[in-house]
This record gives sequence, structure tokens and C-alpha cells, in this order.
Amino acid sequence: MKIKLKSTLENYLFVLPAFVIFSIFYIYPFSQVFFLGLYEWDGILPTKTFVGLNNFKDIFFSDPIWWKSMFQAGWITIIALIFQNVLAFLLAWACDREIKLKNWYRLIFFLPPILSEVVVGLVWQWILEGNYGLLNSWMNNLGLAHLTRNWLNDPKTALNCVAIVHCWKGFGWGFLIFLAGLQTIPRELYEAARVDGASSWTAFRKITLPLMVPVAILVAILTILGTMQAFVLIIAMTGGGPAYHTQVPVLRILASMRDSGRFGYACAQGIVFGVILVAVSFIQYRFSKRSQARGA
Amino acid sequence: MKNPIYYKTKNIAVNTVIHIFLLTIAVSCVFPLLWMIGSSLKTQSTIFSDVSLIPRQMHWENYYIAWKEGGFGRYFINSIFYTTAVVIGIIVVSSLAAYAFSRFNFRGKNLMFYAFMAAMMIPIPGSFVPLYVLLNKLHLRNTQLGYILCMINVGLSTSIFLFKTFFDKMPRELEDAARIDGCTKFGIWWNVALPLAKPVLAVVVVFNALNVWNEYLLALLIFDSRSLMPLQVALMTFQGEYITRYHLLMAGLTITAIPIIIVYCLMQKYIVKGVTQGAIVG
Repeated sequence: MKIKLKSTLENYLFVLPAFVIFSIFYIYPFSQVFFLGLYEWDGILPTKTFVGLNNFKDIFFSDPIWWKSMFQAGWITIIALIFQNVLAFLLAWACDREIKLKNWYRLIFFLPPILSEVVVGLVWQWILEGNYGLLNSWMNNLGLAHLTRNWLNDPKTALNCVAIVHCWKGFGWGFLIFLAGLQTIPRELYEAARVDGASSWTAFRKITLPLMVPVAILVAILTILGTMQAFVLIIAMTGGGPAYHTQVPVLRILASMRDSGRFGYACAQGIVFGVILVAVSFIQYRFSKRSQARGA
Repeated sequence: MKNPIYYKTKNIAVNTVIHIFLLTIAVSCVFPLLWMIGSSLKTQSTIFSDVSLIPRQMHWENYYIAWKEGGFGRYFINSIFYTTAVVIGIIVVSSLAAYAFSRFNFRGKNLMFYAFMAAMMIPIPGSFVPLYVLLNKLHLRNTQLGYILCMINVGLSTSIFLFKTFFDKMPRELEDAARIDGCTKFGIWWNVALPLAKPVLAVVVVFNALNVWNEYLLALLIFDSRSLMPLQVALMTFQGEYITRYHLLMAGLTITAIPIIIVYCLMQKYIVKGVTQGAIVG
């Protein structure tokens, strides 16, 4: 009996460190978000003021910058979904064959994703710099001087520049996942198609594309969740400017907390944003289930 | 019937197009990094006028200045310290838990495991606010320990998942033999299970090392003292203070990026494995 008890205690000892750290640094903050969201609090005073759902009311009715930032994150996400993922798929498809330098390409395409957002953001900020940046000096040499501008300081271009750099940094993920997906397609299917007289285009359309739908959905969900929450790259490139034109939700939450000292409001923003993220990925998941069922 | 030469030419044409496409993208991936290194070797005056990739005069002393005066030496050592400490912490804590989840039966096991897995999937963008408050209360803010514990927590779920998947597939004979020989549970975990788990250990190490080295937000919130800052936060601080000293900033960026690139080139196999395995979870 005693031995059995000791053995059970030992089992718990194995998970104890993980569980303690997890409870303190994940579960507790997680639950506190919902609690603090109902208060007005500057993070310093010992007293919090209960304001009910007031913070949420403010978010929905009197915080246009929050919704602007939400749409801007959505815009970056749309560009990433289309541009980054199509590029990733094409590259993976091009690499999924007997081709020279294949391993080199794979090595290089995953180089941007392993670098930090700070490094990538600051390097591109220097390339896109208005007065001495490389892009502008190239354009001057090519006779395109009239098109040069201060790319990251111009409200018209700042957001798109950020989006493109985000795609540059991120396409390697999609590339690796697509490539792994393509490599699971049995070669015999292509052989059989060729024997039956199908052109390579037909084989691509009838074999490759349908089999890649689940992988594409996975990549899309990862892209949405990742891009909506990206913000360090933006801090490094524009700091959210010019005049809120590259603000995104996480930057707003950070600003509510650090600049305005509204800790409760920041938590409420976090809840609204989290719910939207979960809803979007859930809708996409359902949508994918349905399209898969129809395809089968 | 078209003749073989037609097919051969077509093949070569297709291959050429594919190679041009791949090469263009590959160059666009590498070029900004070369530009970063090139810029780091120019001077305060030539950096704004010289647009050549390889400067005529290499000013290697920029690295010395960045390392000493820019303080990047200090930040570099901080980053190395945090990365090492967090990775060791994650390996011990997560492999212990994963081993229990894989081998033992106890009450609440499944609930706990699913809690860890759920944490991997549910995004909570605002949770750094209460975390900041909590660290303040525990007097862990602006301390090395606070940052290390937070970062261990960040890597925990994924690492537990990777370890558990591996342990589940691992044959138990050796562990049984060790038990018959009188080895304790902890002894078996340390002497038998962990050494056998080397392939997954490599994935866990590489992934978490990259993650800690590149982390920005928590380091920003936790550290006020410069002497404790890791590279990523220090780079942003440096950029904010010396807006025009691009050559030193680029030297700092290179110092930050090079170790990661070296690790990546050496451990590429494990990174690819981790990405594809991680993708299956999501």
C-alpha cells in the first residue's frame, strides 16, 4: 500500500514542475484577462474600479483607431494569404522534382523565417529609407526619380511595404509545409496519369491540386493566426506610424497598457481580438470540412 | 507524333524557366542580408553615398565599436545566457512531464495533457497585461529569473507534445530491463529514456533556441535595466537613440543574425522536421 502511494506521488512529481510553471505563467494570466477586462485600472494603484462592460462599450463605439488597426491587420493578412501562399506553393511545386540545387533552394527559402522580426524589420527599414535608402537610389539610377518616396513615412505606401516585408519573411513556412505535402503524393499516380495520356497540366489540376487542399487550408489558418498577431516587424519598421497607418491590434493593446495606462481596457481589447481570431479560424475550419466533403 | 527533339527542347525550356524563378526568389532572400553586412562595413559618411554592395574599404573596426561602445558585447552575452538557461529548463521540465504523460497512469493525466495542448492552439493576445502585473507582484520583473521562467512557459506545450509523441513510439524493452535491474523512475527517465530521445531532443533544442534568441515582447516588458537586456530589445533601443548611425546598427544586426544563421545551417535537418511535425499539430 505504502509502495503504491509512493509510486503515485512519484508520478505527480514528474509533471509537477511543468504544471506549476504552466499554472503561474499561463493559466493565471489567461483567467485574469477576463477578470481585468471588467475594471478600469492604471496598473499601479491598489484599487481597481469595477466598470462592468464599459470597456467593451468603448471598444465598439468610441475607439475608431482600434477598428482601423483591425482592418489594417486584415489587409496585411489578405495580402499574405494571396501573395505569400501562392508564392510558397509555386516554389514548393517547382522544388518537388529532380532538380539541381534543390537543397540549396530549401536552405535559402527558410532563411528569412529563422531571423528575428527586429533584424528583418530594421534591415528593410534601412533599404526603404526615404533619403539614402537603397530602393530609392536604385530608382533614381533607373530614371524613376519621380516615383521615389519615403516609403515607410508615406500613408499611401507604408502599410503595403510592411505587408510585403511580412510576406518576404513568412513565405518559407508555407513553402516547407507545401513541399512536405507534395512529397506525400505517391509518384505512381503521376505515372498512371501519364500512361493514360494525361498532359502534365491535367495531372497537376486533377491530382496535385485536389490532394493539396487540406494542406492549403492548414497553411491558410496558420497564415491568418500568425499575420493578424504580427507586430514586432511593424515596431521595427514604422513603429505603427505614420499617423496610425500601420497600427495593428496587438500594438493597440500594448499602447493601451504602456502609454495610456489603461490595463483593464487593454485586457478587454485582448478579449475582443482573441474572440475574433478564434471565430475566424473556426469558420475557416468548418468551411474546409464542407469543401472537403463535397470534393469526396 | 512529335519527335524526341521537341520533347527535349520543351523539357529544357521548362527547366530553365523554373530555375530562373527559383533563383530570383533565392537572390531576393539573400540580398537584404548581404546589404546588411555590406552596410556594416562602411563609415558614417560613406554609408549614405556608397551604394556598392562590397565597400571599397572594409571598416571592420565597426564591429569592435558596436561590440564595445554600442554595448552589443554585453547584450550578446545576455542573449546567450537566456537562450542556454531557457533551453535547459525546457528540456528538463517538458521531458519529465512528457515521460509521465506517455508512461504512467494517474488521476487527471488526460485533463492536464489537454490543457497543455489547448494552450498551443488558443490565441490570447492580451495575456501579457496580467503577466506583467503578476511579475511585478512577485518582484520578478526586471530580473533574469522572471524572464527565464516566462520563456520556459512559452516553449513548454510544443516541447511536451514533441517529446510525448516520440516516447509513445519508443519501444519499452530497455526501460523494463532497467526497472528489473532496480533503477528508479527518475533513473530510467534520465539514463534510458532521455538518451534514446536524442533525435527529438535536437528538434526541441533548435526550435526553442531560435525562439528565445528572437523573442522581443516579453523581454521588452520585463527588462528596464540595460545591463540585463537581450539583443533584440537592445537593437530597438540603439536604433531609437542613434537614428543616423546606420553602420553601427547594421553591425549590431549582423552580430545578432550570424549565430542564428550558423545554427540554422548546421541543424537544418531538425528545423525542417520540426516545422513539418509542428504543422501537423496545428
